[in-house]
Amino acid sequence: MKVHVQTEVNGEAVEFLCDPTTTLLEVLRDNLGLRGSKEGCGTGDCGACSVELDGALACSCLILAAETQGRSVATIEGVATPEALHPLQSHLLKSAGLQCGVCTPGIVVAAKHLLEQDPNPTEEAVRYFLAGNLCRCTGYDKIIRAVLDAAAEMRGEAA
Amino acid sequence: MQGFAYEAPSSLEALRARLAAAQGAGELTQVLAGGTDLLVQMKQGQRAPGLILDIKRVGETQALAVDGDTLVIGASVPAAKAKAFPLVAEAFPGLAHAIDLIGSSQIQGRASLGGNLCNASPAGDTIPALIANGFEAQILTAEGLRTLPVEAFVTGVGKNALAAGEVLLALQAPVPGPRSGDAYQRFTPRTEMDIAVVGVGARLTLDDAGVIASARIALGAVAPHAFLAEAAGAALVGTRGEPEALEAAAAAAMEAAKPISDKRGSADFRRRICGVLVKRVVAQALERCTTEGAK
Repeated sequence: MKVHVQTEVNGEAVEFLCDPTTTLLEVLRDNLGLRGSKEGCGTGDCGACSVELDGALACSCLILAAETQGRSVATIEGVATPEALHPLQSHLLKSAGLQCGVCTPGIVVAAKHLLEQDPNPTEEAVRYFLAGNLCRCTGYDKIIRAVLDAAAEMRGEAA
Repeated sequence: MQGFAYEAPSSLEALRARLAAAQGAGELTQVLAGGTDLLVQMKQGQRAPGLILDIKRVGETQALAVDGDTLVIGASVPAAKAKAFPLVAEAFPGLAHAIDLIGSSQIQGRASLGGNLCNASPAGDTIPALIANGFEAQILTAEGLRTLPVEAFVTGVGKNALAAGEVLLALQAPVPGPRSGDAYQRFTPRTEMDIAVVGVGARLTLDDAGVIASARIALGAVAPHAFLAEAAGAALVGTRGEPEALEAAAAAAMEAAKPISDKRGSADFRRRICGVLVKRVVAQALERCTTEGAK
């Protein structure tokens, strides 16, 4: 039997029918056309599908879509505005913190969550916090620099 | 994933009634909290329940509060929330550290202490910390509630003491008094995103003369399930944690450890590391008795 779910994604009310076995990631990509979140591993190891559910950072491959009834989901699609990229996004571009780009949405969502909790993290804190976001291209260093530079810009300091 | 029905009862009564009905109908039921172990196991075909009962809408499982002299952590409270709770961070720094070692930031946003405990991995990081701190499992039964010390809750690799139709509701422990401290440390080859080769938790309380009045030491990943190493704790009581006392506690823990050899380490290596960690963890807990514990 299909489950009827009413929830909120990036501030907009959405409604869908899904099989109970469907994950939030599948609904985002296949039902709602939000394909920014990627499936890397499907087991919560890589972080490419990172979203926020009621403000908690989580892997959407490990959330049943049915669980989101009445909750609030935030995805990569809600990060930039029509006018401008988020500082994390512009600094990832500037620092060449991405190559193939599959990990990037998850990194932006996770790093944004970190900076909202801690606007001035140490390099070590950024590295630990993003340990669940795997990148097989960059070697991480440019990503970490980009996050630290974005944090500085968001604090109003010259990056 | 194989097909299943999904339900999310919103009260204790509804949960109990649904469990009883499922049991009567012979439905293979699986309780869902954070799902970070469960969904992976289901995707890999290791579990194929007919009914998923999501307990996160049952208020009791989301409790995070101090009730008199008792800390209550609901079974479905996510790790990130539990470790940030002021009393956990202040009075249970060892437990907070153990929680912080679970998976990634994303996993901690969902994974619950209750799920970590029910999953009963021999290497689960929070289990030795819960045992050392004297946590009890509060269990919903068909008739009412029952409690079980955490060391009696885990019974084997992936096995727990819940009977059919029972659900873990919350974990609770006495709020520590003055001159008390806890610690948890584990050994892993990597600093992050790894599974304990050995994990050791300790809670010590001193008398007003600075002598150890009580000591609980719990060991993880050196037996089919985490356990309380009573002899290791007993070796410390009546001492001030002098080097000889630490050696005696380590020797008792190494004696109690029954590790296996696997890809993470040999039995001999695990036993030795267990001794090293007991000394380090006791020293850290002792330091916290006189600093952070001096409230």
